[in-house]
Amino acid sequence: MRRITRIATVGVASAALALSATACGGKSSSSGGDDQDPKAAIAYDIGGRGDQSFNDAAYAGLAKAEKDLGVEGTEAEPSEGEGDPDKVQRLTELARAGNNPVIGVGFAYAPAIAEVAPKFPKTTFGLIDDTSKTGKNIANLVFNEEQGSYLAGVAAAKVTKTNTVGFIGGVETPLIKKFEAGYVQGVKDTNKNVNVKVQYLTQPPDFGGFSKPDLGKAAAEGQLDAGADVIYAAAGLAGSGSIEAAAKAKKWAIGVDSDQYNQKGLAAYKEYILTSVTKDVADSVYNLIKSVKDGKPQSGEVRYGLDKGGVGLATSNPAYTKLTDVTAAVEKAKADIIAGKIKVKTAP
Amino acid sequence: MRKFDKDRLLLGLAGPALALVVAFLLTSVVLLLSDRNPFEPYRIMVENAEFTDVQVLILNQTGTYYLAALAVAIGFRMNLFNIGVDGQYRLAAMLAAVVGASVELPGPLHVLLIVFVAMFVGAFWAGIAGILKTTRGVSEVVSTIMLNAIATSLIAWMILPANLGVQAEGSNDLTTGEIAESGWIPGLDVDGGTIYGFTFVAFALGIVYWFVLNRTRFGFDLRATGASDSAAQASGVDAKKMVLTAMLISGAVAGLTGLPLLLGQTHTYSFSFPAGIGFTGITIALLGRNSPIGIFFAALLVAFLDKASASLDQYGYEKEIATIMQGLIVISVVVSYELVRQYGLRRQQQKVGEELAAQAKKKEAVSS
Repeated sequence: MRRITRIATVGVASAALALSATACGGKSSSSGGDDQDPKAAIAYDIGGRGDQSFNDAAYAGLAKAEKDLGVEGTEAEPSEGEGDPDKVQRLTELARAGNNPVIGVGFAYAPAIAEVAPKFPKTTFGLIDDTSKTGKNIANLVFNEEQGSYLAGVAAAKVTKTNTVGFIGGVETPLIKKFEAGYVQGVKDTNKNVNVKVQYLTQPPDFGGFSKPDLGKAAAEGQLDAGADVIYAAAGLAGSGSIEAAAKAKKWAIGVDSDQYNQKGLAAYKEYILTSVTKDVADSVYNLIKSVKDGKPQSGEVRYGLDKGGVGLATSNPAYTKLTDVTAAVEKAKADIIAGKIKVKTAP
Repeated sequence: MRKFDKDRLLLGLAGPALALVVAFLLTSVVLLLSDRNPFEPYRIMVENAEFTDVQVLILNQTGTYYLAALAVAIGFRMNLFNIGVDGQYRLAAMLAAVVGASVELPGPLHVLLIVFVAMFVGAFWAGIAGILKTTRGVSEVVSTIMLNAIATSLIAWMILPANLGVQAEGSNDLTTGEIAESGWIPGLDVDGGTIYGFTFVAFALGIVYWFVLNRTRFGFDLRATGASDSAAQASGVDAKKMVLTAMLISGAVAGLTGLPLLLGQTHTYSFSFPAGIGFTGITIALLGRNSPIGIFFAALLVAFLDKASASLDQYGYEKEIATIMQGLIVISVVVSYELVRQYGLRRQQQKVGEELAAQAKKKEAVSS
């Protein structure tokens, strides 16, 4: 008898829950509506706002749109270890709340956008770093990271005195390998005697390599000990750790995504930030929001390369602009890439 | 005898209830200390959970957590601390996805094959720790933690396009390729989304777990070995064999953890496949006291905290509040279970003392 009741309890409990999910109220998180004010939303990648890099660049674009275009911006952060259903939920909520465009920052949003976009045909979805999922209302914002990284490689090969330079990748993904490929090619094309030390901080699904500065610091210290005197880190927030390590050793660091010389969080080390490989995520976000506001929403692949200034090398550190032979070599390489004389590889 | 059972039930409920109340209060203190409204986030979370799409999300997550926690609980019952559920389910989901994407079979067979591969891989990975423990005396805590790290590297290597992975044109993600539709498990379409079919399998496994553990000779041997392996050995149970078997079963169940998502939604293993569920499973097994019903409610609670808190940041609160709360729950659970246990023990002693005293009195009255 007791056995039956206890089995029944389990059954009833799970059935009741399933029912409550189906029957309870019939409300759906759609209560938001069509507001008059234009609203735009960005959903961040791992690391979230405050990474001094990729996500902050996206935020800068949203902030600029808030100021210049008068749109009301919303941001949403991911939780650690979440999956596609959570991203679908987040984008759905943002779209239902009347945000247009809704921008997924990072390739991890691709499957979620492919699922949500058809349900909101009037909303434009921005997808950064991915062109595999397309649709009429999806704008794929992509960058030629390898081109910017190539220029960083040229600069690094020019300034190194020990003929050893370092590359630190946050997480070993195809995207970061693009950075590595461009950088290594840039170094070797400039001076093939320079040795490039390559290290990745973590392997997916451990994305700590984008968010843990201590990992970046330890890796940079290792490369410095091995004689590297220029370190390029493409590692999001973790990269700030390697900039710190390089600056403390009075060696050069090369930043990524944002112009890290100008970043408040890194002000203490800025004189050692030779330059940064900029990836104008801010501009791409701003342009998309503007296009929607103007009634001509972007759609399909929107590529930002060296030619349009979508990627490039920052020149805000006066110590860098003083090195005229370096800047001359960089300018020449830039012209050659734009002219198509140099083809930069996208995989190492 | 019946009275005693009721007492035990009340005491059993008192533990988690006390822990939850303490955890909520402590979270409110944290909120107060950071100059926030100490109750508003709860209100927002409860409101969020009234939406049907959030409910579906919670229920599906509950199923996933339930499997992970069952895997941990099987180990706990044996006094084995399987911290490796995390690596076991990720490796299992990945290889099951690879196998599932590489063949096309008639519906049920395809699904069965995927499920079998997942269980086999999970059991294999946990079995390594089991064999190390039985033959070399290596603590399963140490070996499973290390196996987690090895699984991560192994997956990262296997998912490279040069090996087993696939990189779609224009994508920066690596996947294992899409499983053909015959290998999907249809879900229950409800208002607000789809409840994965495997979610129901997960809950059904809870019944199997209860039955095997409480109503079979094997379950008895397992619990006996967990309570005292020397005593079990003396009564003819091969403790070493039990350790290995428990580890294999725990791993096989752990291998299922990724399947609700894999078979119900993503149909592929990619970089964005969730990680860390194995560790949440430990929390849930602790909170649910290894009982199938307790684990269910614990999983439901944690899933609620996870999903209902996801949009807190849009209201100006950090969603990490839920993470803090989960941490506080774990601490309070450990403390409150001990408190309740001691209280129960004292109460029992008192009662026995009273009964003895009463008997002695009666005897005195009779003899005089």
